[in-house]
Amino acid sequence: MAKKQVLFTFPRELIREPVIHNLSHTFKVITNIRRADVAEDRGWVMLELEGDMREIEAAMAWAKARGVRVDSVGGDLVEG
Amino acid sequence: MSYATVLRCRKCGQEYPIQPRRICDFCLSPLEVCYDYKALKAVVDRSSISAGPTSMWRYLQLLPVEPGNEVDIGTGFTPLLHAERLGRELGLDQLYLKNDCVNPTWSFKDRAVAVAVSKAREFGFNTLGCASTGNLAASVAAHAARAGMEAYVFVPAGVESGKLVGIAIYSPHLVTVDGSYDDVNRLCGQIAMEYNWGFININLRPYYAEGSKTLGYEVAEQLGWRAPDCVVAPAASGLLFTRIWKGLQELAMLELIGPVNTHMFVAQASGSAPIVHAYNAGSLHIHPVTPNTVVTSIAIGNPADGYHALMTARQSGGGAVSASDEEAMAGVRLLARTEGIFAEAAGGVVIASLKKLAASGAVQRDQVVVAFLTGAGPRTQEIVANVVQPTRTPASIEAFRKVVEPTAGELRQPQAAGKRGD
Repeated sequence: MAKKQVLFTFPRELIREPVIHNLSHTFKVITNIRRADVAEDRGWVMLELEGDMREIEAAMAWAKARGVRVDSVGGDLVEG
Repeated sequence: MSYATVLRCRKCGQEYPIQPRRICDFCLSPLEVCYDYKALKAVVDRSSISAGPTSMWRYLQLLPVEPGNEVDIGTGFTPLLHAERLGRELGLDQLYLKNDCVNPTWSFKDRAVAVAVSKAREFGFNTLGCASTGNLAASVAAHAARAGMEAYVFVPAGVESGKLVGIAIYSPHLVTVDGSYDDVNRLCGQIAMEYNWGFININLRPYYAEGSKTLGYEVAEQLGWRAPDCVVAPAASGLLFTRIWKGLQELAMLELIGPVNTHMFVAQASGSAPIVHAYNAGSLHIHPVTPNTVVTSIAIGNPADGYHALMTARQSGGGAVSASDEEAMAGVRLLARTEGIFAEAAGGVVIASLKKLAASGAVQRDQVVVAFLTGAGPRTQEIVANVVQPTRTPASIEAFRKVVEPTAGELRQPQAAGKRGD
């Protein structure tokens, strides 16, 4: 089982959708919300995804396709 | 002995032993190295530092490296120049430039990498890894060569071949990765989990960060053991900016300088300015952006230390400024024309931001202002290639006189007319 910590940023149009609930029902991935802040116009959630790495990757791609911005919790690795 | 004691979460305060580790298990925030400041206070003084080597290693006791384990390629103690000509143009009487362009691989990254690689060797790693578009990769490759370690350097496939030469010359394993920057990020994250490597900006990141503190130490020492009134420094991940501040704070804590009242101003390229956006919006959260700028050395859309850079700017009474690509290029040219320093575009962002700060009165004429130049220009000289506009002349003195007479005629010495050079 692999774990990946990610930052989901939700645009206004997705604020009212249960994206994380849907993700965990679509993929064999355990979602564990660690920090979050959701307002009416934008929201972010830091969460840990646990499962098979291919399943985690697929879940992240699915979220991106829904319009969620997906970033690594530890920041970008590619530096100047 | 090293005076480093623990790794501590910068957000929730959770502590961990000194070990390869990137983020806090609890709140997923960055970790930083803590020290036994009481013990340090008993052994560190101005004279012992001044008697040390003319490099960043004069501050060895303030770094998390055991004495004798330093991987030293001659980094640091770079010039702090009183920039009188640039200062006149900007209306600043006490402007200083910290010129980190002259480090061994021509950027400040040598400071951070020197500590990370030294620590990697202490931890028993044989192989180093990093993901970079240029400066970091060159520095890691050079330090690996010096330390006799293997290095895998991951570079997005689109990086210019000129930059690759400056990396490949040190003979690392140079890996170009097909795909977007996101793809490179993802791949390197997976590699770091699978291979037992010292990955510079992943499991060695807390130590990597500490090297940048030496910029703060040096500036204070070079100013005669005092903190500047204002600092203007670039931010990509925010690591450098926050560690300059930490360096000044530590010197004050050790009573090597007086209380720090420095206003910290962060400078970013407009096309990659998540910290500036958050500052201007009054937000506590850094919303990641997708970079769109030619200033690639500071083009990080999701900055690991962004929150802490934001807090540093706010709590110090400083600010956050961005500069467009055009303004950055103008800044590069202005710096070169007035002070004879060819900095990379990030330096142009700093100069352009400083110009705005001086014009608005945020930094004032009589304040001691230090602007940080963190990388040299030649590695990315193509972005200012339009400065090449030579005067053309046939190879005869008569023709040359006609060409230059309108602008430089008064410079000719009358008695020299008709003489031939040796």
